[in-house]
Amino acid sequence: MEIKLSNLEETEEFGIKLGSLLKGGDIICLNGDLGAGKTTLTKSIGRGLGVDEYITSPTFALINEYKGKFPVYHFDVYRLENAHELYDLGFDEYFYGKGVCIIEWADKIEKMIPDIRIVIDIEKGNDDNERILHISGNGGSYDELIKELNR
Amino acid sequence: MLTLAIETSCDETSSAVIKDGREVLSNIISSQIEIHRKFGGVVPEIASRKHIECINQIIQESLDEAKIGFKDIDLISVTRGPGLVGALLVGLSTAKALAYGLNIPIIGVNHIEGHVCANYIDHKDLKPPFTCLIVSGGHSYLVQVNSYVDYELVGRTRDDAAGEAFDKVARALGLPYPGGPFIDKLAKQGNKDSIEFPRVFLDDKTYDFSFSGLKTAVLNYLNQEKQKGNEIIVEDVAASFQQAVLDVLVGKSFRLAKSRKSDKIVIAGGVAANEGLRNMMEKKGKMEGIKIYYPSKILCTDNAAMIGAAGYFQYINGNESDLGVSVNPNLDIN
Repeated sequence: MEIKLSNLEETEEFGIKLGSLLKGGDIICLNGDLGAGKTTLTKSIGRGLGVDEYITSPTFALINEYKGKFPVYHFDVYRLENAHELYDLGFDEYFYGKGVCIIEWADKIEKMIPDIRIVIDIEKGNDDNERILHISGNGGSYDELIKELNR
Repeated sequence: MLTLAIETSCDETSSAVIKDGREVLSNIISSQIEIHRKFGGVVPEIASRKHIECINQIIQESLDEAKIGFKDIDLISVTRGPGLVGALLVGLSTAKALAYGLNIPIIGVNHIEGHVCANYIDHKDLKPPFTCLIVSGGHSYLVQVNSYVDYELVGRTRDDAAGEAFDKVARALGLPYPGGPFIDKLAKQGNKDSIEFPRVFLDDKTYDFSFSGLKTAVLNYLNQEKQKGNEIIVEDVAASFQQAVLDVLVGKSFRLAKSRKSDKIVIAGGVAANEGLRNMMEKKGKMEGIKIYYPSKILCTDNAAMIGAAGYFQYINGNESDLGVSVNPNLDIN
């Protein structure tokens, strides 16, 4: 599915809606270039999940944890050189846990992520603030999300 | 009083021996020694389980360099957050085992407060109160330090850390990682007024920072110039971007210092090594009658010496942890 978001407000609205639909165990994969808006989208998904704290970029820390309706694990694998480093971080314990995982640059570690996931590829539009989201997925809250977006 | 300090909050495994909170007897940092010789080619780059492989070696090396043994240590100081939970656990568990085995006190300290305390090592005369800007790849904080143990969090980033903005812009310019030092170097040869990038001050009421929009503005600029077929002058982009970051960092630091009537501004963290930041702070400090402090470059990075200093000042002010102390990946400054 493809959706066009014309500005930051629409992006926030989408993120909050998505966040409110998610359940424990869901995995959201975010892909897109530097500056595409992966952290920005994560902020609003977090709001939809009931996270009150500031959600900041996890690029340096690799994983930030927040408390919402469910534990929220915000990953950024930008700095990882290879998939082996994932084992050193104990990523599997997060992926198969009870929280919601949001993974920036997920395509770098595509093979390590469980099949049940929602994938959002963010593309810049014609305008500086326009974004086109390509959404695909399998299992978890995916079907419910598509149903909700089609309304 | 001798403190053995351990830091494992992110990528670096580090151990140090500190005398009376301000004197470094040793400060071993995993990335700085030829550890690959000892570990068959494996350099522990990315946190967590890799810390286990080298922590004992690093601690032993810190004792050897300080020319002391375990029995000479009076206090164990260890980072308990913020950071990666798995990485922090390696350091804290090791520290607990040592404290229990040696029957000496243990203190769990805040990594961010450690960065502040790095300044006590390099500036023997520095005493609180002061205004402190802590900026690194993972953190951006403005803190009013009221005493050795009273840190008042006044501002923080709402998105990207300052150092992260440097690294990501560097990446877009095709510079190696970590990019901060390269931007700093190129900025000296460029014209800082050549490109108008946004200064995100947010509003006057907050001391918070935001660098994500600036990063995106630089990326958009590079994209547009490429589409127009214009040549990109890397030095000018570096200089203009760096100036946009520094205007905000320096501006907010001085605004806080003046509102609290501080006569000292202290900078800490990896970005405190940025020469552009140091120069601008000092220049403005001279004009405003505010003295500027920053640590030597090695103490700007993640290191255990600063954790030793932080633990010492906590301990002599009556704070102590017990063996039940736990890690907190989201530990805040209180």
